[in-house]
Amino acid sequence: MNSPMIYALLGITLFSVGLYGLIVREHLLRKILALNIMGSGIFLMLVALGKRSAGELPDPVPHAMVITGIVVAVSATALALTLMLKLVEASGSAVLHDAPKDRS
Amino acid sequence: MEALDFALGLFDILLVFLVLSLAWLVMSSEDLFRAIVLFVAFGLLMALVWVRLEAPDIALAEAAIGAGLTGALMMAALDRLSSVKPIQKVAASAQRKQLSLSSKVLPLIALVLIVLGLGYALLSLPEIADGLTPNVKENMAQSGVKNPVTAVLLNFRGYDTLLEMVVLLLALLSVWSLGGERKLSPRSTNPILGSLCRVLVPVLILVSCYLLWVGADAPGGAFQAGSVLGAAGVLLLLSGWHVEQKYLLWPLRFILILGSGVFIIMAAVLLLIQGGLLTYPVAQAGWMILLLESAATLSIGATLAALFLGGVPKSRVDQ
Repeated sequence: MNSPMIYALLGITLFSVGLYGLIVREHLLRKILALNIMGSGIFLMLVALGKRSAGELPDPVPHAMVITGIVVAVSATALALTLMLKLVEASGSAVLHDAPKDRS
Repeated sequence: MEALDFALGLFDILLVFLVLSLAWLVMSSEDLFRAIVLFVAFGLLMALVWVRLEAPDIALAEAAIGAGLTGALMMAALDRLSSVKPIQKVAASAQRKQLSLSSKVLPLIALVLIVLGLGYALLSLPEIADGLTPNVKENMAQSGVKNPVTAVLLNFRGYDTLLEMVVLLLALLSVWSLGGERKLSPRSTNPILGSLCRVLVPVLILVSCYLLWVGADAPGGAFQAGSVLGAAGVLLLLSGWHVEQKYLLWPLRFILILGSGVFIIMAAVLLLIQGGLLTYPVAQAGWMILLLESAATLSIGATLAALFLGGVPKSRVDQ
């Protein structure tokens, strides 16, 4: 197993760790952190697979896509955090509730 | 050579272990503040991973954004969260106790299955795949730049970057429409922050210009330069930078739309002259890309700093 494959496997493991956090943890800030970790995992897998090329340099197309992705991820994070603050302002809790009757 | 390969192999394993344990700690630590600090450390190690994968362009972007700006955004949100409702943390931990064991174990089992399935799919891929490398190599001479990543970002797939600038603008518009007006923070009394700011901000601006210029031939470019500029903006906002209200209206909005604007005008002009969206004439490609990148850098920097503020900026009234 060569090193790009190790990092590709790390990518899918990070994705799953993030997904686990997204499901299990309740606090919305934690869920946003989890989404960021999932994103890092996906980026890692994309770039690691792009390194399988026979030439000297890795495939630059995934690199460009991931750079774009990182900037989109940070702007989406900023929007998510603003939405979270808005929700806390409205409902008084940073946790999503199942049924409307639970809302305090 | 063999000894070096062995050492690098060991380093890879250590790095994978560290990144994975940090990700787990971010998810499992009880304290949110600690989780954010760990996330910043995670971002820094991710930058190292990108270097190991021979992706220095991504490493630069990750070090500035993943490790810096995202962490700063989270910290600011956590700070505002505690000022909105201080008893909130207690409520969250009380609720976690209600979570039954099965609702924790079942997702874990499902996720192990997902990892196994994805891992199997990954390992069954061919060892060597060229992807789009030959296409990029073939057209590099006509791209006007020497860095293949910049060529893909600004030339071959320039419309991706155009739409990305619009995404940034849309994110900022949504934050502004939700966040309301936000006053610039008062001048910081912390002497360390003040002198740090005076030294670092000019250096950051210089680094940003360098990254922008060097992006044509070496790792760097508009996104990295823009994120460094954004970091300088965050530092200035934290130290209580005073900006007069008149500059926060039209001049700020002009800088924010400069990137998308120049991109769209360039695309439209080239569509009329060349008959294709962002298909540069070979001789002029170099300076056209530099022009687009300069506009994009300013917009990205201003947008990221404005996102950190989290609302429509409003000048504070100084004494």
